[in-house]
Amino acid sequence: MIRFLQNLGKQTRIGFNKLGRGTFFLLQTLSGTLSVLPRPRLLLNQLYSVGVLSFLIITISGLFVGMVLGLQGYYTLSDFGAEESLGVMVAASLVRELGPVVSALLFAGRAGSALTAEIGLMKATEQLSGMEMMAVDPIKRIISPRFLAGLLSMPLLAALFSAVGVIGGQLVGSGLLGLDEGAYWSQMQAKIDFRDDIVNGVIKSVVFGFITSWIALFEGYDAVPTSEGVSRATTRTVVNSAFSILGLDFILTALMFGDH
Amino acid sequence: MDNSAPPLNSLVSVRHLSFSRGDKKIFDDISLDFERGKITAIMGPSGTGKTTLLKLIGGQLFPEHGSVTVDGQNVHLLRRSELYNLRKRIGMLFQSGALLTDMSVFDNVAFPLREHTRLSESMIRTLVLMKLQAVGLRGARQLMPNELSGGMARRIALARAIALDPMMILYDEPFTGQDPISMGALAHLIKALNNTLGLTSIIVSHDVHETSLIADHIYVISDGRVVGQGTPAAMQHSTSAWIQQFMTGAADGPVHFHYPAKDYIDDLLSSGKRY
Repeated sequence: MIRFLQNLGKQTRIGFNKLGRGTFFLLQTLSGTLSVLPRPRLLLNQLYSVGVLSFLIITISGLFVGMVLGLQGYYTLSDFGAEESLGVMVAASLVRELGPVVSALLFAGRAGSALTAEIGLMKATEQLSGMEMMAVDPIKRIISPRFLAGLLSMPLLAALFSAVGVIGGQLVGSGLLGLDEGAYWSQMQAKIDFRDDIVNGVIKSVVFGFITSWIALFEGYDAVPTSEGVSRATTRTVVNSAFSILGLDFILTALMFGDH
Repeated sequence: MDNSAPPLNSLVSVRHLSFSRGDKKIFDDISLDFERGKITAIMGPSGTGKTTLLKLIGGQLFPEHGSVTVDGQNVHLLRRSELYNLRKRIGMLFQSGALLTDMSVFDNVAFPLREHTRLSESMIRTLVLMKLQAVGLRGARQLMPNELSGGMARRIALARAIALDPMMILYDEPFTGQDPISMGALAHLIKALNNTLGLTSIIVSHDVHETSLIADHIYVISDGRVVGQGTPAAMQHSTSAWIQQFMTGAADGPVHFHYPAKDYIDDLLSSGKRY
């Protein structure tokens, strides 16, 4: 029993310690973002490797998720004779939930793990230390541009995911199942609200982009500088990002849509 | 205890430095002086914190007690911007080279120039080619770090370390894992750069032979203390058994070959236990 309490206390202390380091790291990163502005090249390079390289996985996944929504939605809605509402159902699920959440999960797996591995390896091979000794702040030079890139990419990728998904739903709905194409689009246009649905979805994806980039970069920066340490950190990035995304999604959904 | 002021000609002086990692005491009240224009070597067995000493001198780690003064400035009392200004005048060669893996050799050497100066690209090109020429790798400028051998990577890193014309270079195990030819080339380079550029060099190493050839002064550190110091020649003829063992590389001596264990015969006969 004493042992258990001891362990619990130790783990809690380690947890808070890490949270403290993480917060300090975040503050440094945020204050470093200002120095990225005069050097857009650094940001552009990272937008490419964080954002553009995630295009393919986001597009293909979005298409399939949209198509599945089209199929499932059609069968459920047709029980009530409401097939015409398929467009609304697909678009609302994507824009409010699946777009931000699934694309953030994919982003954590694709870009987040890559960021952690990259930073961790830079630490393990003394590149970060080397930069410090060359009087170059690695936070400003390496971390902040990547953080900004993640923050900017995530809402755009989520929007892409939702857009492709809506097309996927339409392909299945009117292409495969013979639903009227006009009904699909016009119902969607009438029922999807800009403020309630789209803006809320964008807010979610900004939050997820923030948290995922933070976790990925911090895990890399805080990794034990060995091959084993880096691989563990990469795993932690994906697991912790997934937890944070899903947990925050519940909180945000409750705040945004709870009073309807 | 010597509370004496550092000798007038010392660029770096370490005074009563103590540093621990966890429960392990890495340095216990050591004082060292590094003379201007000279090559000073810190030697000792692996795991004695030689690299830690370089990080303390560079201000990347903080000591528990004592001070490190570089060119009259106490490294650990400097503000961040002052520390960064000091670091611009210090080059450091890491054991792995620490080249930035996403940049070519040319861009790596140009990196400190681009970060810290507003020189034109044509001027930077001239400077980079001069530094690469000094380490004999001007022809390798378009290669990426993963295409370099270990010895080449270290020479490129050396070219980068001298890019800003520093007053001092810190070498972290420059000879480890090198074949005899590149070892010889590096030793020659370190000596030549030190003399022609008027640098001060601090070498951390456990390669007795190569280091003895180029060092002006040697400190031998073990268990957090200085166990011997002097010129290479003096060290070779040291009366201390420990230093003799270290300098000649004998397998047994004051440092035992065997890790502490219980009696061999007893250990073999006590069956039934896994360990």
